[in-house]
Amino acid sequence: MSSGYNKPIPVPTPESDVFWEKTKQHELWIQKCLNCNKPFFYPRMNCPNCLSDNLEWFKTTGLGTLYSYMINHRPVPGFEEDAPYAIAIVQLDEGPRMMTNIVGIENTPENLILDMKLKVVFDDVSDEIAIPKWEPV
Amino acid sequence: MDSLRYKAAIVGASETTELGSIPDKTAFQLHVDASVNAINDCGIDKNEIDGIATTMSPAALAHYLGIVPKWIDNTQVGGTSFLVHVRHAAAAIASGLCETVLVAMAESGRNRVGEQTARIGDVASTPGGRRDSSFPGQFESIYGVAGPTTQFGMGVLRYMKETGLTHEQLASVPVAQRKWANKVPRAMYRDIITIEDVINSRIICYPFHLLECCLVTDGGGALIITSADRAKDFPTKPVYVIGTGESVESPIISQMYDMTTSAAFKTSSKKAFEEAGVTHDDVDHLMVYDAFAHLPIYGLEDLGFVKRGEAGSFIEEGNTSPGGKLPMNTNGGGLSYTHSGMYGMYAIQESVRQVRGEAAHQVDGVKTSFCQGVGGMFMAAGSLVFTNEEPHR
Repeated sequence: MSSGYNKPIPVPTPESDVFWEKTKQHELWIQKCLNCNKPFFYPRMNCPNCLSDNLEWFKTTGLGTLYSYMINHRPVPGFEEDAPYAIAIVQLDEGPRMMTNIVGIENTPENLILDMKLKVVFDDVSDEIAIPKWEPV
Repeated sequence: MDSLRYKAAIVGASETTELGSIPDKTAFQLHVDASVNAINDCGIDKNEIDGIATTMSPAALAHYLGIVPKWIDNTQVGGTSFLVHVRHAAAAIASGLCETVLVAMAESGRNRVGEQTARIGDVASTPGGRRDSSFPGQFESIYGVAGPTTQFGMGVLRYMKETGLTHEQLASVPVAQRKWANKVPRAMYRDIITIEDVINSRIICYPFHLLECCLVTDGGGALIITSADRAKDFPTKPVYVIGTGESVESPIISQMYDMTTSAAFKTSSKKAFEEAGVTHDDVDHLMVYDAFAHLPIYGLEDLGFVKRGEAGSFIEEGNTSPGGKLPMNTNGGGLSYTHSGMYGMYAIQESVRQVRGEAAHQVDGVKTSFCQGVGGMFMAAGSLVFTNEEPHR
């Protein structure tokens, strides 16, 4: 747990609590529809493809690729020491995309090559919350 | 009512008296200033206005102006809201819900006079971290986003990889638009710039340089819309609404269906083209809401003016510049003219000026103008097609 963490902290809701409960265990879980079999993210109570509520949470491989990114040179409060830092989109091997930060590598255009393979890691920002981030494989 | 083609016309149109930095007026005052200017533009008795559309409180604006409207629209889907208001107003007029609508917009985007919130991106620091259960709060804010500069262009590197768009072509967007702004006295920036100037301006959020990001200004605009039949009663040249569209996509940019194209742009513009019954070749003038340099690129493709991957070279080769075959963003756009936060109203105003033939940097022979708006960060879209050609010819 980092002391003096000043970045925004997510607060789980009834729809997302499984997601954040699993990240705390350093696992990345998303949902899939048992009716049409499609995985999806963000957490929902109905499938965005067929609206079925016959859903299940499953553990992803934690592997993905770099879909796109920007490198922010004007940090928001809490991110001053990180700038310039990449705000990125990872495409999970299971299909869905999510926003993230890229860790374990200097965030430069030379280092960040689209479609490079990434794996999920977790940043324990408090006793209750671990934020998924991604690093090069 | 089979379509909104030639059902309504814009008869009054004006921006705020001042534009740029207006430290002595609240956003509310600027709404009133723009509204009075639009009323005076067409000489209408304000008591004839029986509909009001605005993103601020319609009651507050109506009461300030001494109007008790029969119809209101408070749609707020970001900067394209005013294009959507025009569409809804045309539908309301066509169906007899009201006869004459005031659409008003204004913001103190730069000086924040009377605004409830800080400038977008100015998030206050919270010791121990700001806790947020909202949808963007859980899945985007935690990664250090700071408003549109750090989010709107999120798909551009992907677009570059898939289409071959170069950094120089992206930089050619503000270069082309500055050529228009060069002859627009009310534009905030008018000096001609080069691709090197853009590439050498400081990086705000890679791959975007300062000159590829919109201005932050104060200002507003207002419109008076009435039935096409009644439009000839006014001294101004009627600007007929012949095509309209609207749509929404994802509330947060990371969940767009495909980050290299706007589903809302496609849906909205297709509807507007179909309704207007015009082809792309019929369009003499184009406005594409440009909060950032990639928006005209996405717009040209999603609206169907060029094929996928062709927009960058199309702009770089001068086709949208003065003298080009598709004049675009002829006021200089959000990148050079003004951008108080919700730019859509200014795009409409420039379409109206061009269709009337009274723009500062007028394009010769404009009959038909297409105006494309974006709301949020590819969250929403609105499309309008205007013409000065009389109906039933």
